[in-house]
Amino acid sequence: MNALPPQPPRAPSSRLKRRNPLVALKPPLVPPFARSRAAQGLTAAAALGVFALQRCEKCGAAQYPPRDACVQCLSPRLRWRPAEGTGELLSETLIRHGQELYFRERAPWRVGLVRLDCGPSAIVALHGDCAPAPSRLRLRLALDKSGQALMIALPEKDTPDMAEDPLVRETTCAPRARKVLVTDAKTKVGRAMVEALVAAGADLVWAGYAAPWKPSPHLEALGALEGVSLVPLDVTDESSVRELAGSIGGKVDILVNTAEYHRPGSIASRGGVATARTEMEVNYFGLLRLSQSFMAALKARAADGPASATAWVNILSVHALSNDPAHGTFSASKAAAFSLAQALRADLQASGIRVINVFPGSIDDEWNARVAPPKLSPAALAKAVVEALERGLEDVYPGEVAKDVMARFLENPKALERELAG
Amino acid sequence: MRALARPYEDVVVAAPVTVPYTRHSIHSAHWFLAQALAKLIQAAGIRKSDIDGLAVSSFTIAPDTAVGFTQHVGLSPRFLEHVPMGGASAIVQLRRAARAVEAGDAHIVACIAGDANHVDSFRLNTASFSRFARDAVYPYGSGGPNGSFALLTAHYMRAYGASREDFGKLCVAQRQNARANPLALFRSELTLEDYLNARLIADPIRLFDCVMPCAGADGFLVMRRATAKKLDLPHVRLLGAIERHNAYPGDAIQFRGGWALDQDALYDQTGLAPKDIDFLQAYDDYPVITLMQIEDLGFCGKGEGPEFVRRHSFTVDGSFPLNTSGGQLSMGQAGAAGGHLGLVEAIRQLTGMPLGAQVEKARLGLVSGFGMINYDRGLCSGAAILAAQGRGKRRKKG
Repeated sequence: MNALPPQPPRAPSSRLKRRNPLVALKPPLVPPFARSRAAQGLTAAAALGVFALQRCEKCGAAQYPPRDACVQCLSPRLRWRPAEGTGELLSETLIRHGQELYFRERAPWRVGLVRLDCGPSAIVALHGDCAPAPSRLRLRLALDKSGQALMIALPEKDTPDMAEDPLVRETTCAPRARKVLVTDAKTKVGRAMVEALVAAGADLVWAGYAAPWKPSPHLEALGALEGVSLVPLDVTDESSVRELAGSIGGKVDILVNTAEYHRPGSIASRGGVATARTEMEVNYFGLLRLSQSFMAALKARAADGPASATAWVNILSVHALSNDPAHGTFSASKAAAFSLAQALRADLQASGIRVINVFPGSIDDEWNARVAPPKLSPAALAKAVVEALERGLEDVYPGEVAKDVMARFLENPKALERELAG
Repeated sequence: MRALARPYEDVVVAAPVTVPYTRHSIHSAHWFLAQALAKLIQAAGIRKSDIDGLAVSSFTIAPDTAVGFTQHVGLSPRFLEHVPMGGASAIVQLRRAARAVEAGDAHIVACIAGDANHVDSFRLNTASFSRFARDAVYPYGSGGPNGSFALLTAHYMRAYGASREDFGKLCVAQRQNARANPLALFRSELTLEDYLNARLIADPIRLFDCVMPCAGADGFLVMRRATAKKLDLPHVRLLGAIERHNAYPGDAIQFRGGWALDQDALYDQTGLAPKDIDFLQAYDDYPVITLMQIEDLGFCGKGEGPEFVRRHSFTVDGSFPLNTSGGQLSMGQAGAAGGHLGLVEAIRQLTGMPLGAQVEKARLGLVSGFGMINYDRGLCSGAAILAAQGRGKRRKKG
């Protein structure tokens, strides 16, 4: 195994203080997780960063809290629809004595009662900059540390440093002042990802590289950036993954898995399983090896102050949902990775580490040279990942193609299967 | 057009009992409810088998309901009610039982409520209180009723100009009332300074705004007057009673309860007016809700609560005696028995056997109940007017 290259000078110290190492590490507590099935609709909307409420398809009444029958006309036809996220604060309190450990450690906790402009009243978590009642507010659905939806209220207009509010830090995974591992920085996507994370204010980005004998013109340039450190990492090699985890695992706040093997082609276009096996080695087993080596330390540091361990990002493919036969084995490996990512999410849920799955369409790189545009530029993908971290999303469909495939999948998965076959 | 409820025909309430409250207890709800039943039997001098009607309220009796409880205590009632309506349960039990004895569906109905309070009971109850609470309140800070009432209190203060001193006056007066009550968990003097300077719980609510959850039980018997006379039991007559659930769903935040909707029905049914009432046993888990009851039951107009508070003393020996045993704020809140506390105290006052001090010449008492903060507001409200036997006035409607 290669020795670690010399560390570059540390990034300038950030405004967010890391934990005093002499103070005991706080256990990763999460807020209450239990919800009704109907209420999971809020979570589905929050995962995508959308503000949505149930609306009655018969009489149009907006519903909150989530119901199984319309509060006005009793129709069971309640559909989740994007809603206007504005309202008026009627009352507020500062809860200083929570019953759950999670809230006790974070007291006091600002809570308000809001009349939504679309009708119902809602109990919401209040951003610290919201003006006292009566005042106008913007409402958002965010995922809390348990991974469930929380309705949060922001001031009507942006305020300076509003992202530094504890409520925002608690419901998002911003890379600013955090240490990030990008598992493969040699690809175009990996490079764009490292650059985007540095630009987003990451404290340090470890840029992983495999196959050191293979030249990579941009890798050295990346390594010379302030706040970037090159680290050898081959996700197909268990000892390489373990060695890196042993060295930096306890410091990683965000892991972005960009390692990917992609060779276009249909099942019939090549003989044997060698290519497919390599795809699985990198795309599926690579994720499994990373999970086994990095999960435990991430979990342990999930409540480690304002710059705690916070997220795990998987770059999947929208064809993890429905196979693109022109990239048949690649799609299959991404479907396997998606399934594993769900298991990873379930494992990390209890500690509050968010698993963000990104489902791009074709990326504008050398392996999609024969794919017609529109294609997603690596920079756009990297930007979408940073935005997902900063907004605290869970499922990301970057670019027009991914959104189109997703919409078709949701509307009629069988139709999409036929469309992709054509 | 509102249909008037039929008046009650000679329905009486007797045998107020209390299983003394304790902060925590290792005993179960079944234990407390069974002891309440035993006290009822003893107080009335009857056999267990004489009780042919039963109404039960408890948050902590799960996985049982009133049904399982009958087998637990070996009772074979021909009328059975499980009333899961929190602090409105006493009034609701009374209404159900009254109609049952009128109709002859039961002869003697035992109305009991009680709860266990183990060290972690309160948190576990709060976490699973209702579906809306689990989906849309508990994940927002786990404040339980403290958080919900803080929101209602802050809004009421802003809307109607109530001050901390107004709420404090009620709490201090109730503590004064509790000082003579040996069963009150809190009997030491509480000053307005103590109240104002207490630890903040959920702004603007401080420590002495909050009831103390505890273990305990209360009960009473409902029967016809003739039955009570035959048993030679001191009793009071039920003149009228109302209940309402999920009143005013269009209010964006709760500033009134179902009483406002039904107070005319209550006074029409009894031929009485607020000025006839000698004392009020209001549901008082937080003082803001006491103010809403004073307004919504017609003792003053909406928003005039703070002014009303400044005009009265609320002590047993003063003007407008309120929560004469100390209320839940001083006695403790034994879960679903919270609303029974006021009802048994009203019976005691009207039969001249109070736990603490006696309201002089008490002839007519109003008892009010409130329960179930299902989401952002309390859903169940109820009230009843009771009259001392032989002294209750009843005007003919003209």
